[in-house]
Amino acid sequence: MIEVKNITKVYKSGDIETKVLKGISFSIKDGEFVVIIGPSGSGKSTLMHILGCLDVPTSGQYFFEGKDVSKFSDDELADIRKKKLGFVFQSFNLLPRATVLRNVVLPLVYANIPKAEREEAAKKVLLNAGLDEKHFVHLSNQLSGGEMQRVAIARALVNNPSLILADEPTGNLDSKTGEIVLETFKNLNSQGRTIILITHERYIAEKAKRVISIKDGEIVEDTINRRHKIVQQIKE
Amino acid sequence: MLFTDLFKETCSAISANKVRSGLTILGIVIGIGSVIAMISIGQGAAGSIESNIQAMGSNLITISPGSQASFSQVRAARGTAQTLTIEDAEAIAENVSGIQAVAPELSQRYQVVFKINNTNTQIVGTVSSYLLVKNIEMAQGSFISEQNIHSLSKVAVLGPTTRDDLFGEGVNPVGQTIRINGINFKVIGVTQSKGGTGFGSQDVMIFIPITTAQKFLVGADYVSTISVQAESSQIMAQVKTGITNLLLTLHNIADPLLADFSVISQEDILEASTSMTNTMTILLAAIAGISLIVGGIGIMNMMMTTVTERTREIGLRKAIGAKRLDISLQFLLEAVMLTFLGGVLGIILGSGLAYGITFFTGMATKISSFSIILAFSVSASIGIVFGYWPAQKAAKLNPIDSLRYE
Repeated sequence: MIEVKNITKVYKSGDIETKVLKGISFSIKDGEFVVIIGPSGSGKSTLMHILGCLDVPTSGQYFFEGKDVSKFSDDELADIRKKKLGFVFQSFNLLPRATVLRNVVLPLVYANIPKAEREEAAKKVLLNAGLDEKHFVHLSNQLSGGEMQRVAIARALVNNPSLILADEPTGNLDSKTGEIVLETFKNLNSQGRTIILITHERYIAEKAKRVISIKDGEIVEDTINRRHKIVQQIKE
Repeated sequence: MLFTDLFKETCSAISANKVRSGLTILGIVIGIGSVIAMISIGQGAAGSIESNIQAMGSNLITISPGSQASFSQVRAARGTAQTLTIEDAEAIAENVSGIQAVAPELSQRYQVVFKINNTNTQIVGTVSSYLLVKNIEMAQGSFISEQNIHSLSKVAVLGPTTRDDLFGEGVNPVGQTIRINGINFKVIGVTQSKGGTGFGSQDVMIFIPITTAQKFLVGADYVSTISVQAESSQIMAQVKTGITNLLLTLHNIADPLLADFSVISQEDILEASTSMTNTMTILLAAIAGISLIVGGIGIMNMMMTTVTERTREIGLRKAIGAKRLDISLQFLLEAVMLTFLGGVLGIILGSGLAYGITFFTGMATKISSFSIILAFSVSASIGIVFGYWPAQKAAKLNPIDSLRYE
């Protein structure tokens, strides 16, 4: 589904060049749940921006569903984000003045989906994400953190994306709601969705099938989780 | 992005910040309002000047003396020539085709006395056709007759203002005797008021037979102007040429440039005054236009602030698939909507101002559809011009940096 080949990213500030990614290669298959883990400053956010088509690599290739998108223009990247990707952010990034429903239909607004159709789709994903119907007409800033993140997940799902990218989705939540959100991601994965989750917290990594560990712009570990393997074996 | 969605976004963005939006569009409201008010004052003035000129008579051609050509090459001032005569007027009436009426006149200012009241006003010696040429109607009594002219009668017709000055308002002066420059004249009529206080208002004049004026008052046989009424407005130019040619022959002048008279039609005066009022209107509108530019800068300022404030929102919109065009259209429409609202309110304000000016000062104003269309298009284009830069700024924002913006 996605494949990155020897990706680098260099930021220039004046004469000083900072190499954030130093040649990263891996591939992710359909239906995988991958956690990318690394300390802050490791380059994991930059990697996520490239994977999420928000940015392009300085060198190297990024194949998204077989197409090399590493040289795409802004508007071409926007098109991929619109049709193929769903984002969940640490700080939710909901429009505060808009209702819950409006927030969730927004990606479909940019995709020119007719009103009735997109509202139906939005209600479906909202219920799926576990949000009560009475909240649909509330303004998004009236919700609790956990509810906000579920709205954000619903928004990420509404365009039926092939890949969901979550950047520290539990970072602003208490551990209990964080658990619920992680559970939601696991459920989505078991429904066949491909998910990439970025975090710096070990305990989250333990829940995933596959963990890619990044440090100083390089992959230091790419493993199928041992504990996960054991759990799988016990199940079997 | 569909237009209805764009429109919805814009409305909610503007109403989210009602006070700020309101204060910002105030600049546009005042700008458009003053442009509308100024243009309506200008056009109202043009209209009233035009009707004043039309009130002088219709299809009017005025022949006035030029400068006296003398044997030495020294020329005297324009209007001082004393070469126009009653005979010229009669010749014009007989020989030039397309003429309705001809009225020579000789006017000069004199002191006029009735009992203890006195006034100084213009005494116009003229003929009976003056009534027709200058569109004058009688309020009381009758105008100067042919008989009066032949017999050099000492009779006078008063303008209503002069009547008020000498006899008091509403008094019927017919039959009374007034003294003009020490000579007794019997009042035989009063003209209808034509209004207008501008140059050459007929309400203050006193009319007497031209022969009487020449013989008893001025003591000379020239006339100061000859007014000619053409049969229709289409033949004005033709009549004008006819008169010029005839007078050149009569006065033995070969070179038209040396003519000792000038022929001016009403259209010429109208044209001159129209161009004058147009200049005035443009001047007023230009001054008001400056406030529009200031208002536009206010809009730009607010849009810049809005773009900065909503950086995260822009980042999110981009992350979920908004293209540059989607973002720039959204902010551009917001600016246009603000100026458009300002334009509508400005038109209401300007019309109110114009109405108020007419109501309180009596000055004529005219709100034309032209000025309203102008105001709409100007306010919309101000939105586009001053909204373009902020919209481009928003569209070019990098989604990553915007999402992280605090």
